[in-house]
Amino acid sequence: MHREFLIEDVTYRGERCSVYIKDGKIEDIWYGHEQKRKEVPIIEGKGHIMLPGLIDCHVHLRDPGQEYKEDIGSGLSAALAGGFSRVLAMANTEPVNDNASVTSYMISKAGSLYPHGPYLSPVGALTVGLKGRELSPFYELRDAGCVALSNDGVPVGNNEIFRRALEYASAASLLVMDHCEDPSLSEGGLMNEGEVSDRLGLKGQPVVAESLQVARDILLAQYLEIPIHLCHISCEQSVELIYWAKKRGIRVTAETCPHYLLWDESLIEGYNTLAKVNPPLRTRADVVAVRQGVREGIIDVIATDHAPHADFEKDVPFALAPNGISGLDTALSLLWSLVKEGELEIDDLIRCMCDNPSSIFGLDKNGFKRGDRADVVLFDPHLTWRVSANSLYSRGKNTPCMGEDLQGRVRLHIIGGRLLYQHRLEQSQ
Amino acid sequence: MSWPHKHLLDIEPLSKEEIFYLFELAHRFEEINTRPVKKVPTLKGKSIILYFSEPSTRTKTSFDIAGKRLSADVFSLATKGSSEEKGESLKDTVLTLEAMNPDLIVVRHRHSGAPHFIASKVRCPVINAGDGWHSHPTQALLDGYTLSKYWDDFTGKTLLILGDIAHSRVARSDVALFTKLGVKVRVCGPPTLLPRNIDSWPVEVYYSLEEACRGVDAIQCLRLQLERQEAGLLPSLREYSMRFGLTPSHLSLAAKGVRVLHPGPMNRGVEISSSLADSSVSLILDQVNAGVAIRMALLHTYLMGRVKTS
Repeated sequence: MHREFLIEDVTYRGERCSVYIKDGKIEDIWYGHEQKRKEVPIIEGKGHIMLPGLIDCHVHLRDPGQEYKEDIGSGLSAALAGGFSRVLAMANTEPVNDNASVTSYMISKAGSLYPHGPYLSPVGALTVGLKGRELSPFYELRDAGCVALSNDGVPVGNNEIFRRALEYASAASLLVMDHCEDPSLSEGGLMNEGEVSDRLGLKGQPVVAESLQVARDILLAQYLEIPIHLCHISCEQSVELIYWAKKRGIRVTAETCPHYLLWDESLIEGYNTLAKVNPPLRTRADVVAVRQGVREGIIDVIATDHAPHADFEKDVPFALAPNGISGLDTALSLLWSLVKEGELEIDDLIRCMCDNPSSIFGLDKNGFKRGDRADVVLFDPHLTWRVSANSLYSRGKNTPCMGEDLQGRVRLHIIGGRLLYQHRLEQSQ
Repeated sequence: MSWPHKHLLDIEPLSKEEIFYLFELAHRFEEINTRPVKKVPTLKGKSIILYFSEPSTRTKTSFDIAGKRLSADVFSLATKGSSEEKGESLKDTVLTLEAMNPDLIVVRHRHSGAPHFIASKVRCPVINAGDGWHSHPTQALLDGYTLSKYWDDFTGKTLLILGDIAHSRVARSDVALFTKLGVKVRVCGPPTLLPRNIDSWPVEVYYSLEEACRGVDAIQCLRLQLERQEAGLLPSLREYSMRFGLTPSHLSLAAKGVRVLHPGPMNRGVEISSSLADSSVSLILDQVNAGVAIRMALLHTYLMGRVKTS
């Protein structure tokens, strides 16, 4: 496959167009049905939806240390099939990515398996071993290739330590991504505290466990005048606080996940461990508020928080199951259902899964402007596929939509002008 | 005749009529428990496994005796001393047991939902003997059966459940059963021991024991787990027993003929005064007796189906 070709007859942001790619970069884009044929290979777009290569700024690849759940190879293959040209991989590996060695390992393994993409950008641990006590060596992590820092996996309850981490990180020009959860309020909580947890006899964690730290982060961001990124926002109260902050010009960005846009706590009925995730699935009202947050730009990013686990780990009583939903394979298809319902628009997806992650983390993106790297995803909105162990590329099959038929799937994924993924029709059967 | 439920995991799926059938059957079995030879051959040859992952005196012994009086072969397995201590998963433990072809498994587990989990893995019926905070259907049934001997009619009666409602599987199942039978249910306890969602329960909520006792026909005292004080949910046991401990003086506010129940085990002097526990209004030991009869009725029903009762 040359790095010079034409993609004909696709729909981009609602308009029919064709794209000419040369030397792995976007060369030209023609709208309407004008045919500007070149003597180059042609990919027939068949009216499919064209998206830029997406950026997933929150995934857990489990490598090093827990390769039985997922490794960099299987995780990136899921990213590729899911339409993500780049993922930001969190630090709660074994050993924790709090030093240059682990960072370099992750980058070089990704580079050797997938030299042309999808790309892996590591997120360094905020504290050593993620223990919340000592700061990790931020400059060392940055120089080794980390693009951000996070405590994700283990919330930081000590506000003084968190404050110092923000200050130090800002000098190293690394954005801090915070997993907001007050550990004392959330302790022992297995799902959202509410009507369902009460009925099932499960200890819940209250929404305030999240919103309390969202408030802390906003106030620190204001006080220190340092930007902060809030991970996986799940509830109405958090959205309201972020809105308040942005109105005041406080530099806070926020992220949510497909599962908070689609599902609520009722999915846990029957003790369904596939719906066990942290932050937990909340109430319907929270789902509505999070959707509105995305539409109105209060929430800037949609990431998967891809959290693969082995089947046997989830096949246990609810209290014993690890938290997490495997999301790379299904994200676009799930979000597409919201576009079909009119809850979100394609422009929202492009903004939240490409433009904003790119600007927030300082990463390249494809804006379909001349010279942009040709990272292109063709999404077929009519292709129905069944979510099964075989149809998921991730080693993690832990998704609540297992066994369901989803409408819409990535057909083609081009990165840097190279066709790296093509969905074969037999795969959907 | 067939019984339409394969497992007994909670009270909710049982109809009022089915509950009264179980009371009637228990009444018939209760007679056996007074004979010199306390045995009938009905469940001869049936294998029943008691899998109790949490400590228990009354429930476990109750099921054991119930099974043996019906001539079943009853086997007990506890987590302590089992391969679960070696790290075997619950799934593997249960599949191993099932490979030995039991006819029924009775489960008690500290994790809510464990009996549901087990029921999804095995072919035989599963009876929930108490899971976490969630459900204790056989306790609720024996509580109902105990009171059925004193109440001609459940509708119009008032029951107070007193104590640590939030963490109580007994409370959840009692509320489900008694509201189904038309009883007005009240709960009383300090706010930290009532679930956050208590306002959506079909009960009246009281924070004052005196108010809660006015006109009630029966009071079920729940055990206060002493760890709750350490977890910051209570100031002290002394304070708890002074404000929420049931004493004879509270009974003077209740309806004539009021009865006192307790699922056991009791902390004498904490949730219930010692003298009250031993008094004539206490049905605590009747509950234990009723427990064996109800469990005989349940083992019979879930293994043999429904029989004609006159």
